[in-house]
Amino acid sequence: MPSTFFTEPPHWRWLIVFYFFLGGIAGGCYFLAALIDLFGRASDRPLARLGYRIAFPAVVVCGILLIVDLGRPERFWHMLLQSETWRPMFKSYSPMSFGAWGLLVFSFFAFLSFVATLGPDDRGRARARLRPPSLLGTIVAILGGLSGFFLASYTGVLLAVTNRPIWADTTLLGLVFVVSSASTSIALLLLLGSRRVFLIGGLRALQRFDIAVLVLELLSLIALVASLGSLARVWLNEWGALLAVGVVGLGIIVPLLLHLRARAPTAVVAKVAAVLVLVGGFLLRVVIVLSSESI
Amino acid sequence: MPEPMGFYTDTTVCIGCKACEVACKEWNQLPATNGGRNTMSGDSYDNTRRLDGIHWRHVKFIEQFSADRSEGRWLMMSDVCKHCVRAGCLEVCPTGAIVRTEFDTVVIQSDVCNGCRDCIAGCPFGVIDINPVSGTAQKCTLCYDRMRAGLEPACSKACPTDSINFGTIRDLKQMAERRVGQLQAAGERRAYLYGADEKMLGGLNSFYLLVDKPEAYGLPPDPKMPSRNLNPSSLWSAIGALLVGVLGIISFRTRGRDDA
Repeated sequence: MPSTFFTEPPHWRWLIVFYFFLGGIAGGCYFLAALIDLFGRASDRPLARLGYRIAFPAVVVCGILLIVDLGRPERFWHMLLQSETWRPMFKSYSPMSFGAWGLLVFSFFAFLSFVATLGPDDRGRARARLRPPSLLGTIVAILGGLSGFFLASYTGVLLAVTNRPIWADTTLLGLVFVVSSASTSIALLLLLGSRRVFLIGGLRALQRFDIAVLVLELLSLIALVASLGSLARVWLNEWGALLAVGVVGLGIIVPLLLHLRARAPTAVVAKVAAVLVLVGGFLLRVVIVLSSESI
Repeated sequence: MPEPMGFYTDTTVCIGCKACEVACKEWNQLPATNGGRNTMSGDSYDNTRRLDGIHWRHVKFIEQFSADRSEGRWLMMSDVCKHCVRAGCLEVCPTGAIVRTEFDTVVIQSDVCNGCRDCIAGCPFGVIDINPVSGTAQKCTLCYDRMRAGLEPACSKACPTDSINFGTIRDLKQMAERRVGQLQAAGERRAYLYGADEKMLGGLNSFYLLVDKPEAYGLPPDPKMPSRNLNPSSLWSAIGALLVGVLGIISFRTRGRDDA
């Protein structure tokens, strides 16, 4: 039996599952918004605005979930400051320490971009300079997008840098999480943006992007299971069934087929696909976190 | 600077009396399980079951019997934090609550810990857990307060058979090697030391004399540091982000006229 099976679970349960999912949405929506602002057309700007408007509230909820999950929530700031000396508390080799700072940095950029979206999309206003195409806005979008990627993926690295079964037996969880974060965020933007038909061009691009990312997610999950080798047999139970049916079947393959059939990203089948991707992304976190917790 | 201190536990002389568990609980004022309304495990004389936030010592009862119970033996082992020279808990702790002391032991500062529980997942031996009274992660301190006062830890002081030995690591290793030699000469060929040399996490400052494979005692055969996965895992995440980024740029840059 591998040495990871002689350890104890850290009691990371539903609050952490929700955090992993919402952190992926926050980071992913910001990255998408930045991508659209930087590489999309002027007509796509409302779609980017939607992404920024999701990212900041989502990351605020993430912070609350993490604080509530602590054994001593009033000491949450010990993650950032040394409680005796008030000096910064930072360990580059501890993903949780790095993650706490990453969350703070991302929140800063998400806040700036959120402020930029308040009121009408008038490029003449001062707050609009926090968004591309202004130089300041471009810098904010690039740094915020990178920190969004970090937020979406570090949770997978955090799980790997432990000694727990499954989590520490593969190095691909960060990869799977960042790809899933992209697929769930695209699905959310497709779903919320589909009411506005004038966004059809951007929505079509998003739909193409979703198809490509879902294929990448499927390949990542196959690689994840392969990387576990003979250990993958620990999923020969209800968790494995949930992974196969809920995450891969309903969350990736069915949405892929629906997207390929949908005539437009605003079609009902495309909306159903988006909902399924969101459900699949959530179930992925459920399986990864709770299947190891139950060992 | 004092010499590195620790425990050498000779499991062959443990009689399962649990004096160490009681002494540890008393000295460290650890609460009873479930307010004193503990239940029997039902399949063993071991009702402590495992190390956790309120059990910093745990006497394991390993019952090895043949199917017809004509042959059998009891292995007993007083388990505790290994105070690893390269400690996984200390490595992942994001608050700096876990420190290495002047005695080369590993201690969780309860006034700094915020109960994030990363150390529980990082410990290769499943030693740490939350103490429900403090809401923080706790484990054996190797009686840091007693050592500071020049006293022996409560558990080894209470051990009636000297199964638990306390001292400098140098002295303990010599004592342990002599004992292995004595047992081997007496015909107990299975005797060996677990965690005494530096190959295992730089050395365990609480090491054991065992007479069966580590797994029989619930010990990992090959414990590792959590950080072994840090670089490859980060690299794969970056590759994932890069792939997503490239796919995104392609999706938004290759658009026909009707996509305007």
